[in-house]
Amino acid sequence: MSRARADEEEYWHSSKFRAFTFDDEDDELSQLKESKRAVNSLRDIVDDDDDDDDLERVSWSGEPVGRRNRLPSFQSLSNALSDTGVKNYAPELRRPKAEYKDYSSDWSPKDTVKRMQRGKVLIFLKRTLRREILFRELEVRQVALCHLIHFLKETGEQKLLLDLLRFLDRTEEVALSQYREHLNIQDVEKRREFLKGCIGLPFSAEDTSHIQDHYTLLERQIIIEANDRHLETAGQSEIFRKYPRKASILNMPLVTTLFYSCFYHYTEAEGTFSSPTNLKKTFKIPDKQYVLTALAARAKLRAWDDVDALLTTKNWLGYTKKKAPIGFHRVVEILQRNNAPVQVLQEYVRLVEDVETRLNLATKYKCHDVVIETYRDLKDRIQLTAYKCKVERGSAEEQNINSILNNTQIRWKN
Amino acid sequence: MAAHLSSGRVNLTALREAGRRELRQFLDKCAGSKAIVWDEYLTGPFGLIAQYSLLKEHEVEKMVTLKPGRLPQADVKNVIFFVRPKLELMDIITDNVLREDRGRSPQRDFHILFVPRRSLLCEQWLKEQGVLGSFIHREQYSLDLIPVDGDLLSMESESAFKECYLESDQTSLYHAAKGLMTLQALYGTIPQIFGKGECARHVANMMIRMKREFPGSQNSIFPVFDTLLLLDRNVDLLTPLATQLTYEGLIDEIYGIQNTSEDFFDNLTVEQEFMSGIDTDKANNYIEDCIAQKHPLIKILRLVCLQSVCNSGLKQKVLDHYKREILQTYGYEHILTLNNLEKAGLLKLQTSGRNNYPTIRKTLRLWMDDVNEQNPNDISYVYSGYAPLSVRLAQLLARPGWRSIEEVLKMLPGPHFEERQQLPTGLQKKRQHGENRVTLVFFLGGVTYAEIAALRFLSQMEDGGTEYVIATTKLINGTSWIKSLMEKLEPAPF
Repeated sequence: MSRARADEEEYWHSSKFRAFTFDDEDDELSQLKESKRAVNSLRDIVDDDDDDDDLERVSWSGEPVGRRNRLPSFQSLSNALSDTGVKNYAPELRRPKAEYKDYSSDWSPKDTVKRMQRGKVLIFLKRTLRREILFRELEVRQVALCHLIHFLKETGEQKLLLDLLRFLDRTEEVALSQYREHLNIQDVEKRREFLKGCIGLPFSAEDTSHIQDHYTLLERQIIIEANDRHLETAGQSEIFRKYPRKASILNMPLVTTLFYSCFYHYTEAEGTFSSPTNLKKTFKIPDKQYVLTALAARAKLRAWDDVDALLTTKNWLGYTKKKAPIGFHRVVEILQRNNAPVQVLQEYVRLVEDVETRLNLATKYKCHDVVIETYRDLKDRIQLTAYKCKVERGSAEEQNINSILNNTQIRWKN
Repeated sequence: MAAHLSSGRVNLTALREAGRRELRQFLDKCAGSKAIVWDEYLTGPFGLIAQYSLLKEHEVEKMVTLKPGRLPQADVKNVIFFVRPKLELMDIITDNVLREDRGRSPQRDFHILFVPRRSLLCEQWLKEQGVLGSFIHREQYSLDLIPVDGDLLSMESESAFKECYLESDQTSLYHAAKGLMTLQALYGTIPQIFGKGECARHVANMMIRMKREFPGSQNSIFPVFDTLLLLDRNVDLLTPLATQLTYEGLIDEIYGIQNTSEDFFDNLTVEQEFMSGIDTDKANNYIEDCIAQKHPLIKILRLVCLQSVCNSGLKQKVLDHYKREILQTYGYEHILTLNNLEKAGLLKLQTSGRNNYPTIRKTLRLWMDDVNEQNPNDISYVYSGYAPLSVRLAQLLARPGWRSIEEVLKMLPGPHFEERQQLPTGLQKKRQHGENRVTLVFFLGGVTYAEIAALRFLSQMEDGGTEYVIATTKLINGTSWIKSLMEKLEPAPF
């Protein structure tokens, strides 16, 4: 220990720039002497500079102080400091790095502030009374401030960083900085606890609701995960037998969780945590997103009836109508990707509003009836005739085409 | 080999030669056979300065990557560490040195080359670990501006934008200034400095101060550069976000991306709509569809940032809507990235209540409807009709000068300024009739291939009057750039 101290002393005495040193072990008087020496030596360095006109000499009373009542002499220090333009007890903070006249090596901000640490200025920081003095001085020293913040982030001095940011009224940064820590917590229960603690932090209004959602989501996921793992091992549930889970739901995004829920828990009542409708309600998932996700999940399971039900709405007269908040061409895409049979696909291709898109999709996916209907509606005899070669000879579709072509009531456009 | 560096108006070979000379000197100092232990990050930039053949000429027999554990056996007299001054790397070096078998014969000498600067802190750290004394030569190799092509210099500093704009860390600006001083030592003092942006102002200040501090550096070299133009990346946030449409730019963008050609064109259509001011104030269907289909997050971020920039920020409702959809689809932890993008000015709230972008676009003629890609007559061909704002500023500086666009300049972030540096008498440049001016454009925060293409286009325009050399902290494309701003997230535990 003393060897390290000796090395450090040597380092500091050999370096041109000195920092405050506060040796805890020394008694107050010699401590003050050391500080006085440090400050006086600064004066020499300061004198080297012809550039700095705004520097003032710091007078130093040097009165002995008891451990408990530091106030008198530190009051005078702080008074002196608050008057001067340039704070010169922590030379590394004195001017931006680029303004140093002579240095054999250049300090990055990390270097700069780590030197502060070497000079035990960090101990200075950790003593609340002096910390406030430093914070106050830093407030007007933007560059030094940035250096310090960067340093505190790098070295994980979280508490100090948050204190500083709070002092500067950068409360949102405090909140986000704290929230970021959750990424370092692997244990999911601990993470949940941590997120709960984040909710009260001074986020912006919108961000607060997101953090709240994050916590709620993880809480739910933990419950779902526990239940489902149980179901899986019990081996009684068909869906889990047929489609064993490839991954845990923990820490997945909300939409992924919804997909999972639509896949494994579709028919559950709203009361359970794992039901899709519960998720929709709790997280206020918009219709569009909900339908899209549920559609993808049911299509994957080839549950065409569920798909149908999703896209059917009943109006007040009891009439049902097919409606898709995402556009039927998207519906078709999703179904096709999941190898929906042509009869199912055809239903929805038929509902695509844009004629050209409808024709493209119908032709692409061999939904012959739709193609035929569309050409008929367009009264396009040429295209319809041409399409005959795309259908099987003697098939019902061919017959259909023929009967339409022979229909004398149609006013063909070509 | 150096042909491409001397092909431009300014022969950058001299710069590379200076770099090589410094490297050779150091290698020769460590006399005898050597092995180099590389900080991986440095291999790229070094590769632009010297090939292995040069190293071999100076008895480098083996090269390995820096990693913890025991160093490979190699029978060499010297082991040299080529590293950045980072504490984490010092730990690895310490591990290497401590595990060295002192019993072996012959013993190997250790040396360190800090790139680009020595660090007292790192050396102190090594001292505390008890290994500092093991190194015989401890030096620095200042690799600031590296010539990449005959008219292109890069600092290869990936984190420069993030450091400057998110962390208010001016280290890279300092290195930029240092690089410019080196450039001036080789190519003469640059008489005129123009700039736009906070970082530009800082760099100019540092240059002036550095010149003052080293009065002996007043050299007698005939100035090659007439003008230096310093530009902050955040003066033009739009250009890197748009998909580049020059050959090189496209390759740079597309490589590694798996979207279909259909999707590519849909993407492009939306981008061009935004850039021409169409529907920038409401949530965009295509973007929402892409989120719904969980396209790569970076693609989404590029598009929403593009919309935000083209709208001078998004209205609260639209911003909240996008944020919510992104967080619900990709995970709440991305709140941190969204926050970074906001800080960088890329995805933010429209505070002033009005959108300045259409004015800027019209005044600077950024959107040219009748672009001819085969026979372009304007720089807008690089984005198929959109002229990069940054390059337009450079173009207008040359002719007719920035005084004509004062109002627009005020709408862009950061101060604009002009400085003059004294040239010793006799070195005042006398231009020959018809001789072009040479302007060095320094992009602080990154430059895209498309911007480079646009400046090259201007250089070879007949009666253009100015030739351009380009410098940057890093060559970027929209993806790499946004990526550098994304919060590093741990992968979700399974």
